[in-house]
Amino acid sequence: MKEIVIISGKGGTGKTSITASFAVLGDKDVVIADCDVDAADMHILLQPENAKSEDFYSGELAIIDQEICTQCGKCFDVCRFDAIDVKNGIHTVNELSCEGCGYCARVCPVDAITNIPLNVGKWHIANTRIHQPFVHAKLGIGADNSGKLVAQVKNVAKEIAEEYNRPYVLVDGSPGVGCPVVSSLSGAHFVVLVTEPTVSGLHDLKRVYELVNKFHIPAGCIINKSDLNSNKTNEIKEFLISEKIIHLADLPYDEAFTVAMTDCKTVVEFDDTKLKQILTETWNNIKELIK
Amino acid sequence: MKIAIASGKGGTGKTTLSTNLASFLAKTYKVVLTDLDVEEPNSALFLQTELIHAEDKFKMIPEWNKTNCTLCGNCQDVCNYHAVIKIVDMIMVFPELCHSCYACSELCPTNSLPMIKKKMGELKHFKTDSFDFVESRLTIGEEQAVPLIKQTLKFVDERFDNNTYKIYDSPPGTSCPVIEATKDADFVILITEPTPFGFNDVVLAIETMQELKKDFGIVINRYGLGNNDIENYCDKNNIQILAKIPNKREIAELYSKGELLWDKIPEVKSELGKIVSYLKSHV
Repeated sequence: MKEIVIISGKGGTGKTSITASFAVLGDKDVVIADCDVDAADMHILLQPENAKSEDFYSGELAIIDQEICTQCGKCFDVCRFDAIDVKNGIHTVNELSCEGCGYCARVCPVDAITNIPLNVGKWHIANTRIHQPFVHAKLGIGADNSGKLVAQVKNVAKEIAEEYNRPYVLVDGSPGVGCPVVSSLSGAHFVVLVTEPTVSGLHDLKRVYELVNKFHIPAGCIINKSDLNSNKTNEIKEFLISEKIIHLADLPYDEAFTVAMTDCKTVVEFDDTKLKQILTETWNNIKELIK
Repeated sequence: MKIAIASGKGGTGKTTLSTNLASFLAKTYKVVLTDLDVEEPNSALFLQTELIHAEDKFKMIPEWNKTNCTLCGNCQDVCNYHAVIKIVDMIMVFPELCHSCYACSELCPTNSLPMIKKKMGELKHFKTDSFDFVESRLTIGEEQAVPLIKQTLKFVDERFDNNTYKIYDSPPGTSCPVIEATKDADFVILITEPTPFGFNDVVLAIETMQELKKDFGIVINRYGLGNNDIENYCDKNNIQILAKIPNKREIAELYSKGELLWDKIPEVKSELGKIVSYLKSHV
């Protein structure tokens, strides 16, 4: 079983549309993991039906029992996250700021503070409209620990792939270079970097590749909207050569992606499109590369 | 006035709106633009800047000093993040897991885990010809954006008064970095695009702002693309649409080169004007 992670650094370069296209092309060979748990969108294209849903608990939240609390302020003194609010002498926990370190509970002289496990979201196993296993999640609003939820989604997807002999796990990652991205990269066999020929597309590609490089994972790159700015496209190609990143494909600037999305479909489900041809070749190429 | 520009979905135009709005406002007002997307900061790519100040930003982590350590293991017991562990006769610290809560350090009976500085990123303060610009970038490999965002906001608050328009270019998503970037703002502008992805994610962002009890409005970018779902949703839920930036290849091309739009595309300038007059009359 091989795990392919699709990331981009910059948001909105086409990660999800491309991942969903590969999912359709991969058909019964793939298990899909939507690891953009912060703003998951792949369900829009693959229309999954949830077969199993579970709450995800990670980290803790401090709660002050006002009946026991003597308002001594020790918790306020030790908290490094400004998570203890004091109003009219009453100490309460600011849920959005609390990072669940538990320090306040340890120093409370009257044991008025307890830490409760924090529900940070839900994860689901589902069937896509073309009958593939699809694991996805929804992080609670403002929740921390997205990296752990990403790890959970990926692990469940891998277990399914192993149990049902699916050769590929396709992972749609999140933008950025922080904890959810680090989490989606760990254990991956191949990374597909999706970029666009803009100043920010190239800038973000360089940063996210620096991260990929720390994991020593082989990488390929798709340049989306490649005809938008040919100078930038050439700059990206020079960067790919200098870093020995495989140049997988150039996709034209084409509103067909949006048209397909509005129809809740992937571009590869429309006949005779140039995009379909390029993406099919790219998917076959990726399969060869990770053999 | 503090105005955060956020989106839910990435790539909908946060940086485009932030840089253009800052530059447009700076014709008349004092402005500081702050790039809080510390994982992938892009605003600088669209500005002509002159660096006036740079500093490293640090997080605090414990460092084991074995001289007086009795290997009691209290540090391991108090760390909720498994960032400090005792292995045989050693205490090991995993800096990337540490949240800098100080519990292990301050509760150590022999003071064997003093807190030391570890670089997590860089902050830079620039001048453009008409406004101030501050950006921070997270060191690659560092996983936590929130502490750096917090320190960046503090830097800006200490140097600029409330008569300055403070514009925050926020990170994408709806999790902790976005909360940190928007929680002190007087007004949040959510920018989206009229596609199913844009709609799905802006609804998540709207719910987040409602949960935070934030005053907010919507800007639709690439207007004309996709469908009308977002407009219908805003109508039905009494959510203010502040502006609509048209879908034009010319805009995408200017963006790709790192150029500002409002001085070249009249529709962009007039839409920015609408945002500013709304801010002046309502916020």
